[in-house]
Amino acid sequence: MSETFTKAMARNIFYGGAVFFFLLFLGLTFDTMQQLPSRDHRENITDSVVRGKHIWETRNCIGCHTLMGEGAYFAPELGNVYVRRGGPFIKAWIQSQPTGVPGRRQMPNFNLNEQELDDMVAFLKWTSEVNTNKWPPNIEG
Amino acid sequence: MQYQSQAVAKPYFIAAIGLFVGQILFGLIMGYQYVVGDFLFPEIPFNVARMVHTNLLIVWLLFGFMGATHYLIPEEAETELFSPKLGLITFWVFLVAGALTIVGYLMVPYATLAAMTGNDLLPTMGREFLEQPLITKVGIVIVVLTFLFNISMTVLKGRKTSISLVLLVGLWGLAIFFLFSFYNPSNLVLDKYFWWWTVHLWVEGVWELILGAMLAFVLIKVTGVDREVIEKWLYVIIAMTLITGIIGTGHHYFWIGTPEYWQWFGSVFSALEPIPFFMMTVFAFNMVNRRRREHPNKAATLWALGTGVMAFLGAGVWGFLHTLAPVNFFTHGTQITAAHGHMAFYGAYVMVNLAMISYAMPMMRGRTANSAAAQTMEMWSFWLMTVSIVFITLFLTAAGILQVWLQRMGTTPMSFMAAQDQIMVFYWLREITGFVFLLGLVLYIWSFFCKKGEAQTAA
Ligand code: HEM
Ligand code: HEM
Ligand SMILES: [Fe+2]
Repeated sequence: MSETFTKAMARNIFYGGAVFFFLLFLGLTFDTMQQLPSRDHRENITDSVVRGKHIWETRNCIGCHTLMGEGAYFAPELGNVYVRRGGPFIKAWIQSQPTGVPGRRQMPNFNLNEQELDDMVAFLKWTSEVNTNKWPPNIEG
Repeated sequence: MQYQSQAVAKPYFIAAIGLFVGQILFGLIMGYQYVVGDFLFPEIPFNVARMVHTNLLIVWLLFGFMGATHYLIPEEAETELFSPKLGLITFWVFLVAGALTIVGYLMVPYATLAAMTGNDLLPTMGREFLEQPLITKVGIVIVVLTFLFNISMTVLKGRKTSISLVLLVGLWGLAIFFLFSFYNPSNLVLDKYFWWWTVHLWVEGVWELILGAMLAFVLIKVTGVDREVIEKWLYVIIAMTLITGIIGTGHHYFWIGTPEYWQWFGSVFSALEPIPFFMMTVFAFNMVNRRRREHPNKAATLWALGTGVMAFLGAGVWGFLHTLAPVNFFTHGTQITAAHGHMAFYGAYVMVNLAMISYAMPMMRGRTANSAAAQTMEMWSFWLMTVSIVFITLFLTAAGILQVWLQRMGTTPMSFMAAQDQIMVFYWLREITGFVFLLGLVLYIWSFFCKKGEAQTAA
C-alpha cells in the first residue's frame, strides 16, 4: 500500500466505518421491530404456543431438524410441517417414535403427554403462519 | 519466549488440541449416523452428538484465542501479564465447566439437564450452538470477563500496539455479543433475529478482528516485515470486515419472518464480505514475499499462508455461493450450508489457531523452531487435514446440489427422506474423508513428540 495512505488513516476508516454501519444496523433493526407484529402475528402466541416452544427447546429438536431453514440437516424441515401433515399426524408421529426400522435414521421418544403434544402442535401451527416471504419453495420444505 | 508469563498460554493450547480431537470423533459418529441411521441409537442420538461436536468446536477455538492472547499480549505490551495466576485460574475453571457440560450432554437426557440447571428460571437452552445450560453460560461470562480484566490491565500498564488494541476490541466484542444468548423471547421470530447477533456477529464480525490480530502477530514474527506496514493492512482488513459484515447479517434475515428489504441489504453487503478475506490472502503472501528474515519455523509460515487461502475459499467463495437471496431461497438449510460451515470454520478459525500454536509452542518449549523432521511431520498433517476438508466440502456441496434439485425444484419434488436416500453415496465419501482428516490430526499431535533431529535454538 502507498506511503501517502497512512496507518492513522486506515485506523480512522475502521472506527468510522464500524460506528456508521453499526448505527445503520440499529436503525434497520428499529424499523424491522415496527414491521414484525403484522408479519409474525404475535397476537396468536397463546400460552399453549409458549409452552410448545419450551418443549421444542428442552428436547433439542433443532439438533436434528431445521425450523425455517435453520438448525440441523439430518431430518425434515418443520417450519411448515403443520401444513404438510396436519395436527393429528404430528401427534401420532411423535408418539410412535422410534420406528426401530434397521439402518434408518431414528428419532427418540420424548414421552410427551396429551397436553404437551397439543402445545407442540400449537407452536408448529403458529410457526407455519409467520410470513416468511414464501419460503420454503414447496411443501416438502 | 521473552516474558515468563507467556507460558500461561501452554495449558490453553494443550486443552484446545485435546478438545479438537473430541470434536472430530463426534463428527465421525454423526457422519456414520448419516449413512447408518440407527448407529449408537438410543445411546447417543444424532442431536446429542451434534451438540458435542459443535460446542467442542466453539470451546476449543475459545481456548485457542485465549491461549494466543496470553502469549501475544506480554510480547506486544512488553511487560509480564498483570496476573499469571488469574490466567491459570480462568483456565481451570473454563476447562472443568466445559468438561462437566459435555458430560451432562452425554449422561443426562437434555430435558432433565435443562430442569436440573435452572433453565425454567431463564430459558436459554435448545437453540443451535447455544445449547449450554444456564449455569455454563453464566460461567462462560465470568471466565471471559476475568480473562478480559487480566488482559486489559496488562495492556494498560504496557506498550499499546495496534495489534493488541484490535485483539482487545475483538475479545470485548466477543463477550458483549455473547450476552444476546441470554435473550430468548417466546416469539420465535425475535428469538431468531437476535440469535444471529451472537452467531453471525461473532464469526463474520468480532472474531475476524481476533483472527486478523493473530495473523498479523505471527506474520510480524516469521517475516520480520516492518510493523507499520503490517498494522496498516490489519486496519484496512478489519475496516472492510465491519463495513460489510454488520449489515451482512441481513443474509440471515431473508426467510425468518423479517421484512423483504433485508433481501437487498443482506445480499448486497454480504456479497462484499469476501473482500476482507481476499485481502487476508494477499496480505499473508505479500508479507512472506517481502520477508526480511528466514525464520526456521517453516511450519508456522505454512499455517499462516494456509489461513489466508482457506479462509478466503471457505468463507469468501463458499459463502458467496449461497448468499444472494434468489440462490439462498433454494439452498437455505441444506447440505450446502453444512459444506460452507465446515470449510469456513476450518479455514479461518481452526487454521489461525494452529498457526499461532505452531509458532508459539516451540518457543514455550525453549526453542525457536522444531527439528526439521518434526516440521515435516507437521506439514504433512497440514496437507492431510486441509485436503480432507476441501474434499468434505466438495462432497457436501455435491450432496447439497442434488438435494436442492430433488427436493426443492421441479413439479414433483421428493420428500426430504426420499431425497436423502438418493445422495447417500456422497455421505459415504464424506465419512471416509473424515477418517483421513482424523489421520492428519493424529499426525499433528504426533509431531509434538517427534524426537528425530535437532531442534533449533538460535534466534
Ligand atoms: C472430519 C470429520 C468431520 C465430520 C465427519 C463432521 C460431520 C459433521 C456432521 C454430520 C454435522 C451435522 C450436519 C447436520 O446438521 O446435519 C456437522 C456439523 C458441523 N461441523 Fe462437522 N464434521 C467434521 C469435522 C469438522 C471440523 C474440522 C469442523 C470445524 C472446523 C466442523 C464444524 C462443524 C460445524 C460448524 C457444524 C455445524 C454446521 C451448520 O450448522 O451448518 N466439523 N459436522
Ligand atoms: C469465517 C467466517 C465464516 C464462518 C465461520 C461461517 C460459518 C457459517 C455457519 C456455521 C453457518 C450455518 C449456520 C447455521 O447453522 O444456521 C453459516 C451460514 C451462512 N453463511 Fe457463513 N460463515 C462465515 C463467513 C461467511 C461469509 C463471508 C459469507 C458470505 C459471503 C457467508 C454466508 C453464509 C450464508 C448465506 C449462510 C446461511 C446459509 C443458509 O441459508 O442456510 N458466511 N456460516
Ligand atoms: Fe452470516
